Amino acid sequence: MIKRFKSAIAAVAVSLAMLSQLAVAAEEQFFPLIDYRVGPYGSNGQAFYGGFIDYLNYVNLKEKGVNGVLMTYEECETEYNNAKGVECYERLKGKAAKSAGPLHTMSTGISYALVDKSAQDKLPLAMMGYGRTDAVDGSVFPYAFPLVTTYQMQASAIVKFIKDKSGGSLAGKKIVYLYHDSAYGKEAIVALNAEAGLNKFEMVQIPVAHPGNEQGAQWLRIRQEKPDYVIFWGWGVMNQTALKAAQKVGFPRDRMIGSWWTGSEEDVVPAGEAAKGYMAATWNVAGKQVPVIADIEKVVYGAGKGNLQDTSKIGTVLYNRGVSAAVLSVEAIRKGQEKYGKGKALTGEQTRWALENLNITDARLKALGATDLLPEIKTSCANHEGSGKVKIQQWDGAKWVPVSGWIEGNKSLVHPLFQASAKQYALEKGITPRDCSKEK
Amino acid sequence: MNFFLEVLIGGLLSGVMYALVALGFVMIYKASGVFNFAQGAMVYLAALSVVGCLEKGAPLWLAIILAFVIMTLFGIATEKFVLRKLVNQPPIALFMATIGLAFFIEGLAPMIFGSEPRALELGIVDEPIPWILDNWNMVISKFDLVAAGVAAVLVATLALFFQYTRVGRALRAVADDHQAALSIGIPLQHIWAIVWGVAGFVALVAGMMWGARNGVQFALTFTALKALPVLILGGFTSVPGAIVGGLIIGASEKLAEIYIPPVMQDLFGGNFGGIEGWFPYVLALLFLLVRPEGLFGERHIDRV
Repeated sequence: MIKRFKSAIAAVAVSLAMLSQLAVAAEEQFFPLIDYRVGPYGSNGQAFYGGFIDYLNYVNLKEKGVNGVLMTYEECETEYNNAKGVECYERLKGKAAKSAGPLHTMSTGISYALVDKSAQDKLPLAMMGYGRTDAVDGSVFPYAFPLVTTYQMQASAIVKFIKDKSGGSLAGKKIVYLYHDSAYGKEAIVALNAEAGLNKFEMVQIPVAHPGNEQGAQWLRIRQEKPDYVIFWGWGVMNQTALKAAQKVGFPRDRMIGSWWTGSEEDVVPAGEAAKGYMAATWNVAGKQVPVIADIEKVVYGAGKGNLQDTSKIGTVLYNRGVSAAVLSVEAIRKGQEKYGKGKALTGEQTRWALENLNITDARLKALGATDLLPEIKTSCANHEGSGKVKIQQWDGAKWVPVSGWIEGNKSLVHPLFQASAKQYALEKGITPRDCSKEK
Repeated sequence: MNFFLEVLIGGLLSGVMYALVALGFVMIYKASGVFNFAQGAMVYLAALSVVGCLEKGAPLWLAIILAFVIMTLFGIATEKFVLRKLVNQPPIALFMATIGLAFFIEGLAPMIFGSEPRALELGIVDEPIPWILDNWNMVISKFDLVAAGVAAVLVATLALFFQYTRVGRALRAVADDHQAALSIGIPLQHIWAIVWGVAGFVALVAGMMWGARNGVQFALTFTALKALPVLILGGFTSVPGAIVGGLIIGASEKLAEIYIPPVMQDLFGGNFGGIEGWFPYVLALLFLLVRPEGLFGERHIDRV
């Protein structure tokens, strides 16, 4: 009798212990962060991933995760090196097999290296403002998402901005395209050529060899060409060098418009006075006036859980870009839970579906405190970009100030270029594209 | 013609900036016969030290002195902890040690001073000289002229130092043969510490000029890439050679960047710009075929 009583007590104790454990171990949504905080572009990564992680912590602190599912992450340092990026992916993919948010590498090179692998492993790869742009065509690239906007749509939007500034016509104008002589720099050429044909302006292409810390010859040529505008596609030290060189030859900075990788504080502060008046495209605004940014500082840093040691980066372009990327990622988790069950962590495959069915309206952005932080996004199987809009911002010597509303690139001109490129890729790889009309 | 002259002068002035970095390589090579792979990283460390001290509230003159102290201490530490054990080892062992040193500096410097790119204001505006612009319609930067002046003073000082001081002569003796220098009583460790300290000073000057021009950031380590063809042309052991090599490389790469792509484009179509990244290396390789020791390098003759 006593023996049976003891067994019953033991069984109850074990059951209680298991129950309590279940109660404690909430579901966790894992984000594999293939990031970089040291090396040549370490300071860019610090701000971006700092913002990303701060938002994940913000969701955990503010609303105890998404429907009770806590956001977790593990970082792996790539130093912006492609080989290390692949190594990090291999290291984290095992852990991501159970649950996975989108991968964010903030590197075109690493993204290219992971496009095929991530599709095989069914892990969604987000490439927000970088990476393989023809992945806009989700019928060929189901697991790759060049979200928000692409280089080509950005270039088209910049041309539209210049056109508006020039009184609605670019006919007879001359635009120099000064670019980093790499795959990144060359991405926009196809769109700019198409725009030049359509708008009848002359485009002069001037490449700059990596790393771009010497541009004397290029800027003397620009001086000789006397262009109306310079569209500028730089990276790293090339950005400050270009601004200083423009000052040296007396080219007005307010007629230079850069890509979003030339438009952060890191790009202009080292150029000092030479950067004043310079403009750049962006798909996320800077500043702490965005409610969610101010609230992150209050909630996350107030609780001592902020990711950045240098809190002066909060509200910078790249910090806010990291928050924007996290907002989209967390909204994808929310969307996925609506389909696959609230309170459950999503697998990579489920997150992929969610990323393909995003619909983040202005009303939703307002509810998130992210009004104007980023444009509205609506993705589909046929359109993994979801927006194609940018703002133009201007450096006033101390901060970036938006000088335009959201400008959408010429989709009817640019998207067929993606489709043609994706079709070619499918042929080379023997991929049978999905029928997007059958996707739900 | 005016444009040609403008490109030529701009190139010559850029070449002076390359020569500033090349001088640091020459210093180490003259004293130890080793190509110092860490020179670019030293330029970065020196410039970071200056902006780091400025951010702590030091005035510019004090920041420069403090950075010089940091670079000297770094030179002494390099001798004590890296090179001392490698006396009489083959040059490749010393070369490998400098590769390790480069990675060490590239990791340590941003940990201490932060990695975000920063401006360095020396009070010299990088703008064209109005008089030349108005009268000749040519862009010649005040900053580039100051850099040329700094390089001239530096070269003259170093040339005198090597030719006419006891330490300078000892340095050359050490470079020829470690063991022979030791046997006649030259204190090798002492000499190496001095030369690394002087190389640190040269890196400081180069770091300040490049940092003021493009901002202080990791990319300063890449300046070493520009110094390599300069050294091949000028010779690894010649201080004036670094300057002449710099001028040739600077002028030729700028002229090539402007005048070769249009010709190639006419012949083959497509876009051939951005050649200044590789053109200096091709030029240096061609030069190697004709004069392997460089313009001013010492011809190496072995008895058989």
